[in-house]
Amino acid sequence: MSSEAHTSAAYIKHHLQNLTYGKLPDGTWGVAHSAEEAKAMGFWALNLDTFIMSLLLGAVIMLLFRSVAKSVVRGTPGGLQNFCEWAIEFIDNSVRGSFTAKNNMVAPLALTIFFWVFSMNLMDLIPIDWVPGLLGLLGVPFFKVVPSTDPNATFGMAIGVFLLVLYYSIKMKGLGGFMGELTLQPFGKWGMPVNLLLEGVNLIAKPLSLALRLFGNMYAGEMIFILIALMGGAWAGLSLGGVTLFGSQILLSLGWAIFHILIVTLQAFIFMTLTVVYLDMAHQEHH
Amino acid sequence: MNINATLLAQLIMFALFVWFCMKFVWTPIVAALDARKKQIADGLADAERAKHDLELASKRSAEILREAKEKASDIVASGEKRASEIVEEAKVQARVEGDRIITGAKAEIDQEVFRAREQLRTQVSAIALAGAGKILGREIDAKAHNDLLDKLVAEI
Repeated sequence: MSSEAHTSAAYIKHHLQNLTYGKLPDGTWGVAHSAEEAKAMGFWALNLDTFIMSLLLGAVIMLLFRSVAKSVVRGTPGGLQNFCEWAIEFIDNSVRGSFTAKNNMVAPLALTIFFWVFSMNLMDLIPIDWVPGLLGLLGVPFFKVVPSTDPNATFGMAIGVFLLVLYYSIKMKGLGGFMGELTLQPFGKWGMPVNLLLEGVNLIAKPLSLALRLFGNMYAGEMIFILIALMGGAWAGLSLGGVTLFGSQILLSLGWAIFHILIVTLQAFIFMTLTVVYLDMAHQEHH
Repeated sequence: MNINATLLAQLIMFALFVWFCMKFVWTPIVAALDARKKQIADGLADAERAKHDLELASKRSAEILREAKEKASDIVASGEKRASEIVEEAKVQARVEGDRIITGAKAEIDQEVFRAREQLRTQVSAIALAGAGKILGREIDAKAHNDLLDKLVAEI
């Protein structure tokens, strides 16, 4: 029983470990073969799986849209163009709904976020053992297929959004105006430290909530896929219990996957909408 | 699960994708959408204008038709009037001609009558002379009795 518990824990740990490239303890550069090695690499290491998958997905999305943009016709559009135009009008409408200032960058930003995050989340629907198992045969020790379960990816985007929020806050209100916004409300100039604390938390909460919401949802979702997959791992011969476990794994993963389609889309949409709202707030002069 | 340089890589990648999307995806597609929107709006406006033009044209054609009908009926009326005038004229002319012919014929008849009368008169006088000569048994000197003869002729 204890050995089974050990393998279960190892299975979960294996699925939650990124393929990390960095400086190994012996001083050479290479791929970490254990969680401890990856941890020891410190900050200057690269999660190859996150990097490759997000680059690949982003590139596919962008090239798909680019191929339409290049051959875009004014007359009756074809199937792919129809889809892209629908997507762009959908994004454009949601941006128009929540973004009141004029900025040509926000809508393309929203489009990129939505489809990139959506495609990264969608990788969650690939059966969890397929890609790591296949690459394991080729000698790759770990591979997390879903980049949005890596906080590096979600924080990378959230920090990008945060930098834009800071940039536009200062650009629209001036450095003084932005500082005033942080320090002079809600309690007037005599409550400056309290104001700064409240508004600072408010400001910092934006990227944190963006990154942690997406990461948390996807991480938890993947965790549940792993736990469901463990049920089938308990498969031990043609016993009644074994067959029941096997059948319930299929049913549960099917149900969770169907439910996850909603989460995948919703999280991408929330990330996009919140980004637009934060940027809109950065453009607003409020007193 | 470790925060590492992947964060920076993702940040840069994100910025690049957004830049690419803005420059090479969003702008051309939105431009095409706007162009199509304009094309459709223009098409609708053209259709509206064409409809308006059609209305005007049909109104105008109806007017022209009405005018043409009016003109045609005018022409017919004036033609009829002219025809009756011609008939009248012809009647008058015929009457005049008839009168003229009648007058001519009458004159001719009168002339013939006069001539016949003259002839008759001459013959009668000759016969009368011959008769008288026979009755008297002697020859009448025509010269001596010329005035008598003339008087006789005039009496006949």
